[in-house]
Amino acid sequence: MSETKRRQMTPMVPYPSGAIVPERDLGSMPVLECSHLGIDFGGLKAVDDFNVIMGRTEIAGLIGPNGAGKTTVFNLLTRVYQPTRGTMMLEGRDMGSMTTVEANKAGIARTFQNIRLFDNMTVEENVRIGLHNQIRYGMFSGILRLPQYWKAEKKQHEEALELLNIFDMASMADTRAGSLPYGAQRRLEIVRALATHPKLLLLDEPAAGMNPHETEELMENIIRIRDQFQIAILLIEHDMNLVMGICEDICVLNFGRIIAKGTPDEIQRNPAVIEAYLGKQKEAQA
Amino acid sequence: MKTKRARFITSLITYAVLIILFIVLTVMINNKSISRTLKGQLIPICSWIVMAVSLNLVVGISGELSLGHAGFMSLGAFSGIVTSGWLLNGFAMEDPTLRLLLAIVAGGLVAGIFGALIGIPVLRLRGDYLAIVTLAFGEIIRNVMNCVYASVDGTSLHFGFLNGALPGTLLLNGPMGAVKVKTISTFTAGFLLVMFALIVVLNLVHSRSGRAIMAARDNRIAAEAMGINITKYKMMAFVTAAVLAGMAGALYGLSMATLVPTKFSFNESINVLVFVVLGGIGNIPGSIVSAAALTILPEKLRFLQNYRMLAYAVLLILVMLLSNNALVKSLIRRINPFGRKNRGEEELRA
Repeated sequence: MSETKRRQMTPMVPYPSGAIVPERDLGSMPVLECSHLGIDFGGLKAVDDFNVIMGRTEIAGLIGPNGAGKTTVFNLLTRVYQPTRGTMMLEGRDMGSMTTVEANKAGIARTFQNIRLFDNMTVEENVRIGLHNQIRYGMFSGILRLPQYWKAEKKQHEEALELLNIFDMASMADTRAGSLPYGAQRRLEIVRALATHPKLLLLDEPAAGMNPHETEELMENIIRIRDQFQIAILLIEHDMNLVMGICEDICVLNFGRIIAKGTPDEIQRNPAVIEAYLGKQKEAQA
Repeated sequence: MKTKRARFITSLITYAVLIILFIVLTVMINNKSISRTLKGQLIPICSWIVMAVSLNLVVGISGELSLGHAGFMSLGAFSGIVTSGWLLNGFAMEDPTLRLLLAIVAGGLVAGIFGALIGIPVLRLRGDYLAIVTLAFGEIIRNVMNCVYASVDGTSLHFGFLNGALPGTLLLNGPMGAVKVKTISTFTAGFLLVMFALIVVLNLVHSRSGRAIMAARDNRIAAEAMGINITKYKMMAFVTAAVLAGMAGALYGLSMATLVPTKFSFNESINVLVFVVLGGIGNIPGSIVSAAALTILPEKLRFLQNYRMLAYAVLLILVMLLSNNALVKSLIRRINPFGRKNRGEEELRA
């Protein structure tokens, strides 16, 4: 399909950059605003002209066939890759020169498609790493065990357990993270990301490897997290039940470009999306 | 992974065993019921324990391979000797305890500064660069110390490079090293230094900073995504280890009447690494045991004369093989009161 034709097929949307901002967020500053974001690897345009606006408490989905560039978008948002083009704003703050660490401190937390837990640490310690910049004390208070140390450690412990309770995981606090079952590891990654007190949570295939029952539970939990923490959630997922079930706004990516945007209903009827997933019908058959 | 409680008990047992050993050895020294060779080795054993514990912080806890740890020990030893000589000759400070304390602090300080200087550029890199640079650093220090002369004249220190014609009393004499050192190190000081190193390392590991160091080791990308400044925490582990190595060096240097710079060669760095690997990477109490055992062992093997180092190597290989043997492992687990809990966890995982 030609470039111009693909652009024409992108549906008209009510917002200049293309996203539908939830009604409750109208008037307030969007949590994330990307315009014309892109990155090249050599001659390959891995992501190009990526525009998105996310409201403060919006749940949005990023879908697309394998290799479409979804995880690359996450890596751009968390500044693992520095974008070649375009700008990113987090709550109106330009993220132009931020590193991964600064992006997290500014309020973007993520989980990973291939789970990246600290395997040799306990579940609680994993969450405490997330709390690293939230509840702090210096190296010397730690070595000398000053009152600050005991106070902060107690606070970290309490908050870690509170966060683990979201997924009923408090009883596993002392288990080695690497020895958890797969589903629990995915949930722990979400808890650890939440511990960094993000404004925007990026979930990379949170339901991968979960059974339908677990996925159902996860959907409820994602909505509960949004309501409880009042944060925006952007998720990559191949499980269409989950995406269509909880996302208010969906963005479809193919070959690094946005081919469609809209509500779940609009996306399901969009011919460009159907073509990207199922291929084009031959003229003769049509 | 041990639970928090088991970890606390392990630390407590380590401290208790060390204190009991110290009391027993002190009583034995007072009763003169200890062999002369062992008595002479007590202070070096203390310094090697501190070396092993500090290297374990870099290799085991922070996951970077450092091959120049003896370089930091060398820096600490010679700056400790110079400090002690300076205080004695320049300020007539007779009190050996205070002099030793200041020498150890100076040794740690100098080694720490050099640790920071090396760490700043190298710890930003990924991969094996730290190993290569620290290897070179150890060799450079050994060769540079070979050419350094120092003397004290009145209250002022004089340094010379390749030039031994300095006024006053000579403290460092180039390739001859430090000569006529007043040996002021005591076993008590050595024991206190071991306890100090142990407290610093264990408390650091079990704190917010220690968890950040281990997170950076386990998964760099995830740690960065959680807002952890990798370079800062790698640096923290590396400089802390360098400071402790410098302190161990000062203790070691002030226990010998003469000390040549070539003593702190690449072999010594590897030796410390052997202590760490044999005691278990990341296992602090293990480092203490293996450092002590492997310092005594070569002396005990003296009756083998020329075959001494051969026997030492064979013994090392045997220990490695045996400690990885499933039968021996299960036997140790049976004896170890915490082993059962670990086995339970493994069954749960299976």
